[in-house]
Amino acid sequence: MSLEIEIGFTLNGRPVKVRVPPTMTAVSMLREKFDLTGGKLACGEGECGACTVKIDNRTINSCLMFAVDCDGREVQTIEGLGSVKGLEIMQQAFVEHGAIQCGYCMPGMIMQARYVVDQNAGNEHKVTRDDIARGLEGNVCRCSGYTKVVDAVAAVVLEEAST
Amino acid sequence: MIENYSVPSSVAEAAQLLQQGDATIVAGGTDLTPQTEAGARTFASHLVNIQRIEEMRGISTSDGRFRIGGLTTVTEILESKILAEEIPVLVEAADHFASPQIRNAATLAGNLCNASPAGDMCIPLLLLDAEVELASWVDGSVAIRSVPLAEFFTGPGKTVLQAGELLVAVEFRQPAKGFTASFQKSGPRPALEISTVSMGLAAVLQDGLLTGVRIAIGAVAPTPLRATATESTLEGRALDENMISSAVQSVQQEVSPIDDVRASAWYRKHLTGVYIRRALSHVAGN
Repeated sequence: MSLEIEIGFTLNGRPVKVRVPPTMTAVSMLREKFDLTGGKLACGEGECGACTVKIDNRTINSCLMFAVDCDGREVQTIEGLGSVKGLEIMQQAFVEHGAIQCGYCMPGMIMQARYVVDQNAGNEHKVTRDDIARGLEGNVCRCSGYTKVVDAVAAVVLEEAST
Repeated sequence: MIENYSVPSSVAEAAQLLQQGDATIVAGGTDLTPQTEAGARTFASHLVNIQRIEEMRGISTSDGRFRIGGLTTVTEILESKILAEEIPVLVEAADHFASPQIRNAATLAGNLCNASPAGDMCIPLLLLDAEVELASWVDGSVAIRSVPLAEFFTGPGKTVLQAGELLVAVEFRQPAKGFTASFQKSGPRPALEISTVSMGLAAVLQDGLLTGVRIAIGAVAPTPLRATATESTLEGRALDENMISSAVQSVQQEVSPIDDVRASAWYRKHLTGVYIRRALSHVAGN
């Protein structure tokens, strides 16, 4: 039998344990072991960002990360962003601005958008549309619907600055 | 096939594990995963995850020397206040590196050990005469050897790193007063680009004369290249139009680019000339 490693980590706020092969990628573990299919395995090379998740407050391409390295960390996927009560503000903004075409890249795009805004929160420098575009440069939308994405993120920046 | 998986928590523990041989080291995984998926690399029987070695993280200074732990991520370099203030060229290179998600995972040691001729962090570190610290397990304890980065790369994907050795840190001296450096990189898009050509140039300009000239160029040779002949051409000379023109000629002779999917050799040579002209203008402007 081939080698499997037991790891434990916090997944969307809950402690979990799982056994994984040592070379399994984090995206495959999330999809296959936990049925968290929001993050997509698309390019598998870190070029498209469709697999973006947050690990210990940093977003990464989960297609490049080894699942075993999740051990002891805090992992957040798109499924952990909202709650049963409703969508998180960034998700809601994407809905309201129609920032969706086929939707395939959206879970990764929203995770990265949330990270970009959080990273800049509290900075004196006001986040511009260019900052948003740069923050999302690792996320590809093959429907090429970027304008409304930036509109949605800019709206969240404004809304959160005023509260 | 992988038979063993280890997660050492110190350099000593890692060095002992690596000394047993047949090991693949994993850190950020951003190069290793696509290379193994594509079949360009195969896993050894022992996978050693070095991500929990805390002593290999972080940026520090003491006695006029900077030390960057091998596991420091490109994002940590980009966000470092001390580097932004003292060594902005390193921060500029980090800012041109891949994408935010990759910068959050990719480590400095990984970028150097991957030894791509186009590796972005290699260029500014070559300008700084950086040395890499390599650890191994010899006769019951950790042995350290320092290698100048300029001698570290031996070919595409190849370094002087021996089996059982681990790149634990990069060190360089605080640059002399008046040191100024620039980094340029080209590619058809700003993000996630493997450089067509990248160039770093550093020098001290004093009383109109250039000293301590360093030129490093990416993606124009089998390894990141120090253009030492062109450095000598410029050393101790006044920076005027004649000097700049001879630097352009010299550097274009010094590079040996190839034709590939990203650009032709001719274009890379042309770009090298454009970049040195811009870099020297930048130095002159400071």
